[in-house]
Amino acid sequence: MSQSHRIAGGQIDRGVALRFSFDGKSYTGHPGDTLASALLANGVRLMGRSFKYHRPRGPISAGSEEPNALVELRSGARQEPNTRATVAELFDGLEARSQNRWPSLAFDALAINDRLNSFFTAGFYYKTFMWPAAFWEKVYEPIIRRAAGLGSLSRLEDPDEYDKGFLHCDLLVIGAGPAGLMAALTAGRAGARVILADEDFRMGGRLNAETGEVGGRPGADWAADVVAELAGLPNVRLMARTTVAGAFDHGIFGAVERVSDHLPAPLPGKPRQTLWRIYARRSLLAGGATERPIAFENNDRPGVMLAGALRAYANRWGVAAGDRVVVFTNNEDGLRTATDLQAKGVSVVAVVDSRRGGPLLPGLRHLQGAEVVDSAGRLGLSSVTVRMADGRTEVIPCTALGVSGGWNPNVNIHSHHRSRPVWAEGIAAFAPGADGPAGLAVAGAAAGRLSTHGALLGGQAEALAALGDLGIPATAGDLPKAEDAPVSITPKWYVQGGKGRAWIDQQNDVTVKDVKLAHQENFTSVEHLKRYTTLGMATDQGKTGNVIGLAVMAELTGKPIPETGTTIYRPPYTPVAMGALAGRSRGKEFKPFRLTPSHKWAAEQGAVFVEVGMWLRTQWLPRAGETTWRQSVDREVLATRKSVGICDVTTLGKIDIQGTDAGTFLDRVYANTFSTLAVGKCRYGLMLREDGMVFDDGTTARLAPEEYVMTTTTANAVTVFRHLEFCRQCLWPDLDVQLISTTEAWAQFSVAGPNARRLLEKVVDQDISDAAFPYMGAGNITVCGGLRGRLFRISFSGELAYEIAVPTRYGDALIRKLVEAGEEFGAVVYGTEALGVMRVEKGHVAGNELNGQSSALNMGLGKMVSKKKDSIGMPLSQREGMVAEGGYRLVGVKPVNPADALSAGSHFLPEGAAPVLANDGGWLTSMVWSPHLGHCIALGYLKGGDQKIGTRMRAVNFMNKTDVAVEIVSPHFIDPEGERLRG
Amino acid sequence: MLINHPILGPRDAQEFVYLGDANLLHRPDGLAEGAIAAFHDYAYQRGNPAGEHRELWYHEQGDRSWLVVTRNTVTHEILKVELARDVARREGRSR
Amino acid sequence: MANLKPLTALGHDAPEVLSIGAVRISERFDVALASVAARRGKAGDLASAAQGIGLPLPAPATHQAGDPWSAFWVAPEMWFVEAPFASHEDIAARLKAALGDTTSVTEQTDAWVRFDIAAPDLAPLFERLSNLDLARAPVGFASRTVIEHVGTYLVKRAAGEVVLYGPRSSAASLLHVLEVTAKSLL
Repeated sequence: MSQSHRIAGGQIDRGVALRFSFDGKSYTGHPGDTLASALLANGVRLMGRSFKYHRPRGPISAGSEEPNALVELRSGARQEPNTRATVAELFDGLEARSQNRWPSLAFDALAINDRLNSFFTAGFYYKTFMWPAAFWEKVYEPIIRRAAGLGSLSRLEDPDEYDKGFLHCDLLVIGAGPAGLMAALTAGRAGARVILADEDFRMGGRLNAETGEVGGRPGADWAADVVAELAGLPNVRLMARTTVAGAFDHGIFGAVERVSDHLPAPLPGKPRQTLWRIYARRSLLAGGATERPIAFENNDRPGVMLAGALRAYANRWGVAAGDRVVVFTNNEDGLRTATDLQAKGVSVVAVVDSRRGGPLLPGLRHLQGAEVVDSAGRLGLSSVTVRMADGRTEVIPCTALGVSGGWNPNVNIHSHHRSRPVWAEGIAAFAPGADGPAGLAVAGAAAGRLSTHGALLGGQAEALAALGDLGIPATAGDLPKAEDAPVSITPKWYVQGGKGRAWIDQQNDVTVKDVKLAHQENFTSVEHLKRYTTLGMATDQGKTGNVIGLAVMAELTGKPIPETGTTIYRPPYTPVAMGALAGRSRGKEFKPFRLTPSHKWAAEQGAVFVEVGMWLRTQWLPRAGETTWRQSVDREVLATRKSVGICDVTTLGKIDIQGTDAGTFLDRVYANTFSTLAVGKCRYGLMLREDGMVFDDGTTARLAPEEYVMTTTTANAVTVFRHLEFCRQCLWPDLDVQLISTTEAWAQFSVAGPNARRLLEKVVDQDISDAAFPYMGAGNITVCGGLRGRLFRISFSGELAYEIAVPTRYGDALIRKLVEAGEEFGAVVYGTEALGVMRVEKGHVAGNELNGQSSALNMGLGKMVSKKKDSIGMPLSQREGMVAEGGYRLVGVKPVNPADALSAGSHFLPEGAAPVLANDGGWLTSMVWSPHLGHCIALGYLKGGDQKIGTRMRAVNFMNKTDVAVEIVSPHFIDPEGERLRG
Repeated sequence: MLINHPILGPRDAQEFVYLGDANLLHRPDGLAEGAIAAFHDYAYQRGNPAGEHRELWYHEQGDRSWLVVTRNTVTHEILKVELARDVARREGRSR
Repeated sequence: MANLKPLTALGHDAPEVLSIGAVRISERFDVALASVAARRGKAGDLASAAQGIGLPLPAPATHQAGDPWSAFWVAPEMWFVEAPFASHEDIAARLKAALGDTTSVTEQTDAWVRFDIAAPDLAPLFERLSNLDLARAPVGFASRTVIEHVGTYLVKRAAGEVVLYGPRSSAASLLHVLEVTAKSLL
C-alpha cells in the first residue's frame, strides 16, 4: 500500500521520497507533507486512542487545533510525546508511534473503559476516588496516573539546546494568510520594520488549502510570490515555524521558533527551538479561523473530519482522506469541500446540509434539511446514517465524512489580556471584542471577516492604520481581486435524538451528555463546566470543541450564547516545551558563576568549593592524608588560632561612599554612629530595616574625610546597595553622597592568627606595628614594593587579624605571596567551613542569626542602636514588643556531656518539660565542632536567654529524633575579653 | 511591561526591581513625638488599589535610578514615570 | 613597581582572543577604568574641570571617545572613564587630582572584564544576548544590559564593533555565553 490515497496536485515535492515509520511500519511521503498528510496518503486513518475511553481516533483537522492525532515522535532521549501529527513536518527517517494503547493501536485492552463509560462520566474522579482518604496516595493516584495521560516521557535528559532572544519591530504580524501577507506587504513596502510570524512551515495560511484565485492566480501562487518579495526586503523578517504563544503587556509577545523540529536532530551548535521576546510598537493578529464540527452520535470515528481539513488534505497535500466522501454542513463553506473533492475526481456520494433552501450543488446528491445521526465502522468510518428532512433514515456507505459547523475566529491572542470576545450573529461565532491589548489590531478571519477579499482588505487597512499611528508614510497598493462570498450559516451545534454519545471535546472525551450532566448538577457557568467536565483542557485547549460545549450549555440554561460567554483565554496559544522556556538556563549553565581572585590557586591545590549565591568559594582545602572534611577543617581552625590562616574574603560586598555628607548618610543608614569615626579607622556597623529588624552588618572604614568604604555580607551585597540608593534618592535627595560598588575591584584576604602581623610585615611596605596600625585601623598601603593596596585591622575569627586588599588582577599573585611568606609560620589557607567554626567560637552572628526576624536586642547588640539620632529602623526597634524583657536573646550552647552532638534547628525545652509548643524556649541557630574546645558548640535564640546563662536545658530535634541535655553559656566561647584582637 | 524611563526611554520591566507604594518617600521624623505610631503607619499601612497606583521601581539592571511609576494595576497601563529624586524633592524631602 | 604578576580576568597571563565564524571576541587587559560622579551641586564645576583636561562627559546613554580619556554615561551625573592602563594605572589618583572636590572618583579597573566584539553584522549575535535594539542604536550608544543573568555595560563603538564590560568575577561565564551563541550562528 504505497501512498494509495495520493491524488494529483498539492504543494509537495513528489520528486523526493521521504521514508518514515509509524508503529514500526514503514511508509513514504514527500517534502511538504505533515505526518498526518503522509499517513492519510498511505491510507492510515487510525492514529491514536482517546484519553479516557481509549476510543480509536484519527485526525479531524489539518492544523494546530488537532485534538486526536497525538503521537510520539523520535526515540531515545529525543522521544517527544503528544505531538500533533497534523503539524509535525515530515522528514526522512521520522519515527512515530501511537500513544495510550496496549498492546497495539488496533487492539487496545483499555478500550474496556469505553464499555464502562457510564462509570466515567463528568466529575468521575471527584465522585469515585473519595474514600477512604488513606487510599488516595497509595491506591487511587497510582492507578489514575497509570491509566491517564497520553504519551510517555523518555525520562532521559533532553540532548538538545534551546535558546532565547529579543526582537524589535514596528509591526508584528501574527499569521501569514491573506490578511497577514497583505499587511506585511503593505508595511514592508513602506519601509517599516516588520516581523511576519506563522506557526506553519509554509506561509500562505488558508490560501494553501483553497482553490480560489487571488489576483487572477491560484491563491497559493500569489502567497508564494508575496513571500518571495518580502524575503527580499531587508526590513522584513519572515519567521515560519514560529508560534506567537502569548501577548504580554505593552507590545511584548512571546514566540517559539521551531528551528530544528523538522530535522532528525539539530545541526551542530544550533538550538532545537528559540523562544523570542518580541517588542512590537504595533501588532496585528491575522491568525485566521478554526472550523468546528457538529456533534452527533459516534462522530469520533477515524474518517470523520472537519470539512475544511478534508479539503486542505486534497488541495495542499494531494491526499484523498477517503475514496467515498460525504459532506455534512450547516453553512455554505462546507459545500466547497464537496466541490473541490469532486473536481479532483474523488467520489462525493452525498452532501448533507442541515439547512433548508440555499443553493444546490450540481451533479451531487444534495440532501437539504437532513442530518447525519450516526456512524459505523470498527476502526474507521464505513458508513453514516442520515436522517432525511422527512424523518426517514438511510445508511450511506462512505470512508470519509467532512463536517462543517462554521468557523470560529482565532481570538485567543486578542483575549490574552482578558478581553471578552463578542458574539457575531452573522457568522454564528465569537469575534474579538473591545479592550484587546493596546496596539494590537485584528484582521481577516480572526476578526470575523471570513472571505479572502475581506482578509486582504482588512490586512491592508490595519497595516496602514498602524503605520499612520507610528508616523510612517505608506500607501495602499492595489488590492488583488479575490472571492468575497458572504457567510451563510444556520447554527447547528449537535444532532438531537441519539441514545449514544456525541463528542464535543475529543481530546478529553467530553460528550453532549457530559455537558447535560454538568448542567443537571448545577455546574452551569462556563468556568465550572470546564473544570467539571474537563471540556477545553489539555493540548488543544478546546479549539474545536469549546463553542459547541457552551452552546449546548446555553441551550440547557435557556440563556443566549453571548450571555453564557467563553472561558478565559490564556497563553500559550499552543503548547510550549519546557526546554524552550528554560533556554540555556539548565545544568551547569543554570546561572553564571562568580570566581574569587584566589580561585585559580585554590583549584590547583585541590580545594573543595561551595556555591555561595553565585560565588564559588573555597569550603576547605584537603591536605594529603585527610580523608574527611572535618580533618581538614579542624586543621585549618587550629593552625589559624595557633599561628596564622589566610582566607579569601573578596566576596563580601564593598561599597565606596563619598561626598561631603557621607558621614551623615552613614549615621542614618546604620544604627550606630559613623560621622565621628576618625580617618584611618574602621568600625563594625549594624544596619536595620525600617521595621527594626537587623538587615545586614559589616565593617565600614573611613579612608578620607569624605570617603568611606562599607562592607556588607556576601549575600546582601546587592540588596544593601539597592537600599542605600533608595535612601539617597528617595529619602534624602539633597545629601551630597555618591555610591559605587567596588566589590570586584579589590582582591581581599583575611590574615588571622597570632602571627598575622609577622606574616604581613613581610608583604606590606609600611610599618604595621600595633602602635602604627592599631586595632580597627584602616588605610591605604603599598604592597611588595609599591603596589597600591588597602589594609583593615578587623577580625571575624577573634584572632589578631587583618584584611589586605590589592587590585583584583594581582589577587592571584598576592595569595601565592602570602602562602610563601607564611611558610615559616606554618600558615594555612582556610575555607568557609573554618571561617564558620571560628565565628561561632567567637560568638559572631552570621546568616543563620541574621534571619530577617531578629532585632539587635535579640542578637545581644541592642546597645549599638543609638537613640540620639534618627536612623533607618531605630524608631520601630523601640516598639514595646521589640524591647520587652524575656524576648529572644543570643546565647551560647554546649552539650552537658561533651560527647553529645548538637544539631541546628533543635528547640530549647526546660528539663522535664513536654515537647509542646507552649514549652518552647527558642531554637539553636548555628552549630559547629570546636576543635579548640573538643566538643560541639552552638549559638541560639533563647527566650530571656541573657538571664539563663549557666542553666541547663534540652535541645530537642524532632527531625533528627534527638534530645540532648545542654548548658546555656555566653556566646563568646573564645577570648571573651578580646585580648587576642588587640595583641 | 515596558517602563518609559524619564532618561533612557522605554525599558523592559525585567530590568527593574519593584518596591511598592510610593508613599515610602514620606518617611516620618524618627526623633519626633509619636514617632513609633507614625512609623507603624509608614511601614505597614500601604495602599493596594485596583486601579491607579503610585509605585517605586528601581532600575537595578540599568542606571540605578529609583522611579515613581503611576500604573493602573488592573490594566497595567503606565500613566506617568518620574525620577523618584525629583518627586521626593517636590514633595518636600531634602536632607 | 611591585613584583606581583597580574592575571587577566579569565585567569591567564595574556588576554584571550577568539574567532568564531565572522565574530571576533577579544579580551582587553590594557584599559584603566574609574567612576566619576559629580558632587552635589558641582556638575557645572566638574564640566569645566573636565574640559580642562580633555575629559569627555557624554550625555545619557552615550559614549565619547578621546585621547587619553574616553567616557560613557552610567547613571545621572556619573560616568565611567577609560584610559590606557600602561600610562594610567593610577587612573583614580590622576582624576582626583585633576577634578578636585567637584567629584567623587573611584577606581573600577579590576571590577570589570572587557570584551571587544567585532563582526560585520552584530545583530544576529546580540539579538540572542540582550534586549537592547542594537541594530537601531546609533554609534556611540552606551547602556547597561543583562546577558544571561550577567549585568554588563554595552558600548556600540562602531557599526560592527561592540565593547562589553561585565563583572570581572563572571568573566568565564560571560565568555562562555558569547562563545556558545556565536557558534550557534555558524
